[in-house]
Amino acid sequence: MADAHAKKHDYHIIDPSPWPVLSAIGALVMALGAIAWMRYAMGSPLPFLGLDLANPWLFFIGLVLVLYCMFGWWSDTIKESHEGFHTRVVSLHLRYGMIMFIASEVMFFVAWFWAFFDASLFAGEAVQVTRSDYTGGQWPPQGIEVVDPLHLPLYNTVILLLSGTTVTWAHHSLIHGDRKGLIWGLALTVALGILFSCVQFYEYAVAPFAFKNSIYGATFFMATGFHGFHVLVGTIFLLICLFRAMRGHFTPEKHFGFEAAAWYWHFVDVVWLFLFFCIYVWASWGAPIAHH
Amino acid sequence: MATVAAHDAHHDHKPSFFKRWFFSTNHKDIGILYLMFALTSGFIAVTLSIFMRMELQEPGIQIFDGLASIIYGFTGDAAIDGGKQMYNVFVTMHAVLMMFLVVIPALFGGFGNYMMPIMIGAPDMAFPRMNNISFWLLPVALILGLIGMFMPGNAGGYGPGQGWTVYPPLSTSAAPGPAMDFVILSLHLSGASSILGSINFITTIFNMRAPGMTMHKMPLFAWSLLVTAFLLLLSLPVLAGAITMLLTDRNFGTAFFAPEYGGDPILFQHLFWFFGHPEVYILILPAFGVVSHVISTFSRKPIFGYLGMAYAMVAIGAVGFIVWAHHMYTTGISLNTQRYFVFATMVIAVPTGIKIFSWIATMWGGSIRFTTPMLWSIGFVFLFTVGGVTGVQLANAGLDRAYHDTYYVVAHFHYVLSLGAVFGIFAGWYYWWPKITGTMYNELYGKLHFWIMFIGVNVTFFPQHFLGLAGMPRRYIDYPDAFAGWNFVSSIGSYISVVAMVVFAVGAIEALIKKRPAAANPWGVGATTLEWQLSSPPPFHQWEELPRIR
Repeated sequence: MADAHAKKHDYHIIDPSPWPVLSAIGALVMALGAIAWMRYAMGSPLPFLGLDLANPWLFFIGLVLVLYCMFGWWSDTIKESHEGFHTRVVSLHLRYGMIMFIASEVMFFVAWFWAFFDASLFAGEAVQVTRSDYTGGQWPPQGIEVVDPLHLPLYNTVILLLSGTTVTWAHHSLIHGDRKGLIWGLALTVALGILFSCVQFYEYAVAPFAFKNSIYGATFFMATGFHGFHVLVGTIFLLICLFRAMRGHFTPEKHFGFEAAAWYWHFVDVVWLFLFFCIYVWASWGAPIAHH
Repeated sequence: MATVAAHDAHHDHKPSFFKRWFFSTNHKDIGILYLMFALTSGFIAVTLSIFMRMELQEPGIQIFDGLASIIYGFTGDAAIDGGKQMYNVFVTMHAVLMMFLVVIPALFGGFGNYMMPIMIGAPDMAFPRMNNISFWLLPVALILGLIGMFMPGNAGGYGPGQGWTVYPPLSTSAAPGPAMDFVILSLHLSGASSILGSINFITTIFNMRAPGMTMHKMPLFAWSLLVTAFLLLLSLPVLAGAITMLLTDRNFGTAFFAPEYGGDPILFQHLFWFFGHPEVYILILPAFGVVSHVISTFSRKPIFGYLGMAYAMVAIGAVGFIVWAHHMYTTGISLNTQRYFVFATMVIAVPTGIKIFSWIATMWGGSIRFTTPMLWSIGFVFLFTVGGVTGVQLANAGLDRAYHDTYYVVAHFHYVLSLGAVFGIFAGWYYWWPKITGTMYNELYGKLHFWIMFIGVNVTFFPQHFLGLAGMPRRYIDYPDAFAGWNFVSSIGSYISVVAMVVFAVGAIEALIKKRPAAANPWGVGATTLEWQLSSPPPFHQWEELPRIR
């Protein structure tokens, strides 16, 4: 271990690890697999060294490898934490790291909101003749019936806000050493996350507009879809925290894994509020509402 | 300051070869991996550009029809069309490789990883394991990009021929083959690499400075990396969003960039350049840092106006986020928008001027030694200024009407990148060579490398200003006879640069064979940063007792 070097500082000098290079190989297989799958889905070949690589399964081999690496990597991190390598300064590193990861995620959503506002604010821009022909100079574009914002979307908003309170409940319980409260709070948060995803899935299934060949569908489904993906990731993150809480991994003093999950969950929550007020409420104001 | 940790050499046991280089968690080893990788992809990217100059040496189509028939098996007239597409692929891949897989890995990944922790008195990076995936995602990105060159691209052609800007519809409906998807995913992975790297750099710089090293005492190279890391962290996710939209437009029928369904191709340009403009500062800022140290060392003076130098970089980084549409003057954006972007862009000349004049003021009255790294740095200051001046021309929307997409632009950005960032890489290469390898390079080879390269790149790129002013458009395989003269000169210049590359390789190999041992500080009292207090090469784990900065 790092102690062999007789270091006189609190930083964590990590031993060599197989996970980074294996993850990168997994990412390569996943990328090749994604292209192979997309080619397969559109029925065209992917010629590679005389073979046709178009197939739907290579992606999943890469995915399994990546997931396996994530499991191994984070298991190592948790193990190192239990071995006492996460000193005050190392915990601070992890905090900085998580904050900046979330900052980069925010910028990722900036791209999707940019696309949305480009389309919704400038639907009738005079120089964009072809676009105006399609939209009729209005947003939502002519012929689009929108989802009722005060129906399922409002319900989902309440669910997410409620899940924000349950995760805070869990946090307070954790700080006060109340493990039962922690587990209940986390379990409820996970349940609410799953409920949100189910409602969103149902909303997609009955959406009155199409994903393809429409700027409305593209901006709506990709922005809310990437949010949905982040809800899924956040739910899994919280679920892992639930398992760890049940095993007694967290103490009132040291529980950064939980805090990171909570931060991430709040980030997902805030993105949803922006989506709700911009895409669902503001942009569909006065548009014909589909009732089902 | 700290005493050299000489006794550490006793228990300086390194992991076995495979573990050390494939499973590495050591910032110096990962830095070396980055540098080796940058050399590899640099070799490929230079080769692509030489083929382009060979083709452009004379009007007409010389070699790409032949190349296309050899590589892709085209015959007859199809070979001419295939060759044209192949030329476009070379243009695209030259740029993509040079930016994402040569300059960033060399300056940010390579020298940044190796030197920054040492310079701030840290034993390693904040996230040593994540550091390694930042590296390994790059070879993966290179593999994807290279495979893409051999995949069907446009109808009847191979590879991605859209240019590095991958504008739709060139990258969507005009390129039905999978080549573009390979480039998109390659960019995704290299982007992920850089985002993880930036998180690591920022955390390290904020949390791991040695006791006493306040931000205002931190070496300028670390400052330059800090600003670069923030630019990467905040701009790359926007590119990731943009190319994801390309991917879904191409494969899943979304309409982000399809005006017939209400989309907007200009949206892509906004998203792309919101990333793309910070990107050019990402490429040059670390070179600013390197050059500051070299000039200070060999003028035997502290850098002039240290705080101004640091905050000039912060200013360049911040303003870099609000000037993107100066790449888009000819897209039909409104006149008021153009006025704003002209103004904002010109503002950048102020902090850049602070940098240039502070370097000159550092040399002023110094006892200057013209060692190889110093030559590269002075060359950098001169040629980057030339590129900066043409940048001021291009920043003007009115002038840009004439210059847009001509060789004037090509000349401009090669002066700031090929003769700026790359000169910065070589300055760092020679400056830190003794520290990293523990051997001294041969000054004769180093200086020969500099002078041949200096002549070569200037002969290559200066005439391109004339070609651009005369109206020669960029990214074409052929041109009217009127442009033949300066194109010939430009091609000769590129061959001279190849000779310089050979001298570079010979110099490096010579130094590694001769193994002239390098002292801990071969540069004398001018070299004041912490890396010169360690042995050359430094121990496997440095600063096991943290240095104290007064």
